[in-house]
Parts: sequence; structure tokens; C-alpha cells
Amino acid sequence: MNKVVKNATEAISGIADGMTLMVGGFGLSGIPENSITALVESGVKDLTCISNNAGVDDFGLGLLLQKRQIRKMISSYVGENVEFERQLLAGELEVDLIPQGTLAERCRAGGAGIPAFFVPAGYGTEVAEGKEVREYNGKPHLLELALTADFAIVKAWKGDTHGNLIYRHTANNFNQAMATAGKITIAEVEELVQAGELDPNQIHTPGIFVQRIFQGKDYEKRIERLTER
Amino acid sequence: MALTKEQIAQRIAQELKDGYYVNLGIGIPTLVANYVPDGIEVVLQSENGMLGMGPFPEKGQADADMINAGKQTVTVLPGGSFFDSSTSFAMIRGGHVDLTVLGAFEVTDKGDIASWKIPGKMVKGMGGAMDLVASAKNIVVAMQHCSKDGQSKLLKECTLPLTGVRCVKKIVSDLAVIEVTDDGFKLLERAPGVSVEEIKSVTEGRLIVEGEIPEMQF
Repeated sequence: MNKVVKNATEAISGIADGMTLMVGGFGLSGIPENSITALVESGVKDLTCISNNAGVDDFGLGLLLQKRQIRKMISSYVGENVEFERQLLAGELEVDLIPQGTLAERCRAGGAGIPAFFVPAGYGTEVAEGKEVREYNGKPHLLELALTADFAIVKAWKGDTHGNLIYRHTANNFNQAMATAGKITIAEVEELVQAGELDPNQIHTPGIFVQRIFQGKDYEKRIERLTER
Repeated sequence: MALTKEQIAQRIAQELKDGYYVNLGIGIPTLVANYVPDGIEVVLQSENGMLGMGPFPEKGQADADMINAGKQTVTVLPGGSFFDSSTSFAMIRGGHVDLTVLGAFEVTDKGDIASWKIPGKMVKGMGGAMDLVASAKNIVVAMQHCSKDGQSKLLKECTLPLTGVRCVKKIVSDLAVIEVTDDGFKLLERAPGVSVEEIKSVTEGRLIVEGEIPEMQF
């Protein structure tokens, strides 16, 4: 039951050109920094990345965009990245923009074995194009499909050797849903402990969803918009 | 006199009721938190995963793991909680949030809203706006009545890509408080010193004026 791998390089082994990855985080908060660095170093390309955001030019998924390793982004908001906008306008990058709650639920459904569901978000907008509409409780809803990934890569605060995870503050965000939806889920953590050391009452992601876990290092935890009183 | 952004926020704050769970969008809506009336307790929801959002941190106290939906560093108040994105949108989609305040480029007299995309100019994504407008029971839009070149932003039909249809309930602009009814924009209040005629002249959508229209009170 020991799921511990040595480092990010070992954790991402098997990620190949053309694969679909889920990458946790909101903005730069709760992103798997070590794994992203290892992906950049590996040179893997033509990736489809499902991630709420696309990082900034020189951090987060922006690093993979700089190296042209991403072919398609599935996101809700990508506004902080100049290189992203350039590639998009130049037709070098494919982008699927999805309402944030629908994106989260599509990941959750993917992990929960629910192939599709109806939500009201996006009805009457360009998001609705090509989607089945059904009325429930007098309101139109769109049929949305579940998302899964070849690999889901998440970042947690604490984790144990069984893969149980605890997130910190708002760094949970998309990590919890995405952790359930990878064929292989990789977790990098700030603090890795032996099974039994975490309080079972406090676990956010039960270890069943996690296949590989490693102790991360040198976390920058960059703040995107430092705002003080 | 047209209202300042702060005054728009101050007027919207009058819509708050004790015990409300409230989601405030980016921009003017964020300022509403500064004008919560005395004796009223509201809990702010941030859709990236927090209830009980507090003010910005003191200098040197910012935490990269504690941000709001606009990616600014924030604090959490006593009684607050954290949760994942799918739970956050379960709160929104499930109708548990009492009031949503957000900005808009354009609204129509049927309650349609355009707020996320300017083709060829701004393609950043909708974030949580489409989920919020499609599910909130009570949506107040904070906006400028006209564009910088004087064109009405309260229209018959939106010219920009839609965020949602038939969802806006109330608008607080720099000139007026307007309720969106089945028959169109119903003028409720006017900014101090702004005449009904003036509001009419810059409202392209159908405007209903019944009786005396009082000035906003602050």
C-alpha cells in the first residue's frame, strides 16, 4: 500500500505526448509546482490540460505554454497570461472555455462514475451550442459530459504514505475533484507523513483516489495579486 | 450628479439583509463589503472555496493559500470555512446563496446580461459568472449606465456575447435603481439631482416610469 515515489520526475513517468492531464489549482494557489517543473524538463508535448486557469507567463502552466508543450487548454478563465493570448490569437493553441462550476462538476462526475448531468449554467449563451437542452423545474438546463484524464496532478498540504490528502485554506479548490478523476492520480505534498499520522476525520481526499505521492520541495507559492489593508 | 463607484456600492449594500450569504463579483461589487449596514451580519462567499471571507490581510500577513476569486490575498473571519470548487458551486447552483452582486457590460429589459467577452478584444473566459447568473435567486448588477462615449448599456438586446438570459432582477447604475420586470426596466429611484428625463434619454431598453420617482437615500 506504499504509494510513495522519490520525486516529481519519477511521479510523472508514463506521461506521454498527446495525453490529457488534469492539473489542480486556482490561479497560482494550490498548483503542483514540482510536477509542472518536471513536465517542462521532460519535454512531453501535445498535451491537453484541464485546469481552471493557465498560470502566468513565467509560472504555473505558463511554463508549459512557453515551451509549446500544450496543444489544448480546457479552462474557465485564462486572462493572466500574455503568451497564452498570443498563441490563441495565432491559432497555435486550442481552447475550450467552460463555466467554472460546470468544469468542477465535470471533474467530480468523472471521478464519481456519472457520465453526464444537467446544469442551468450557460443556457442561451455560446456555451450551449450543440448541447442537449431539457427543462427541469420550469428552467432550461444543458447536458454536460463528465471529464476524466490520463493523469490528474494535484497539490496538497499534507499527505500520507497511503495517499490520504489534506488541503490548506483555499488551496483546495480544483484539487479535490480532480484527484478523483485521473486514471493515475499524482499528489505532491508539502509534508509527507507515515500512514496513521493524519487524523482520519480531517482527510479531504481518501487515499483510494491517489496512485503516486511524493514529498515536494522548494515551494515558491507565488502570490498573484498581493493585496494588503 | 451621477454616483461614484463607492456610492453605487453603498446603495447596493442597502439590499443586504441580516443572515444573508452573499457572493460579490470583481470590481464595484467587491466594494459593497465596505458598506454593510450596522446591526446586520452577512457572510461572504468566494467561489474558489471560502465562506466568511474577511478583509485584506495586514501588511506582511498575506498567505498564498488564502485568496479570493479575483486572486487577491484575503483573510477568513471567525465562523468561516473552506471547501473545494465543486462544493462551492453546489452552494451556488443549489440556491443556497441569497444574493449575488456582479458587474456587466450590458443588460437588457428582459434581464439578459453580457459581462464576459468582447470579441476580438477580450477573451479571458467566463470564470464563475455563468454559473452564478444561471442559479442565483437574487442578482443585482452594479454598472455604469452608459459607455465612455455615452451609449446606453441598458438595452433591448445585448450586442456582446451573453453570460445568461432572463436572470438579472435589479440594476444599480450611477444614475438609477431599476427593477427588471416582465414589462421591462421599472425605474425605482434616481441618483440625487438626476432627472427622470435624463435617465430616459440614456436608457435604450423599455423604461417604465410610474408616479413620482424618489431620489436615492444614503
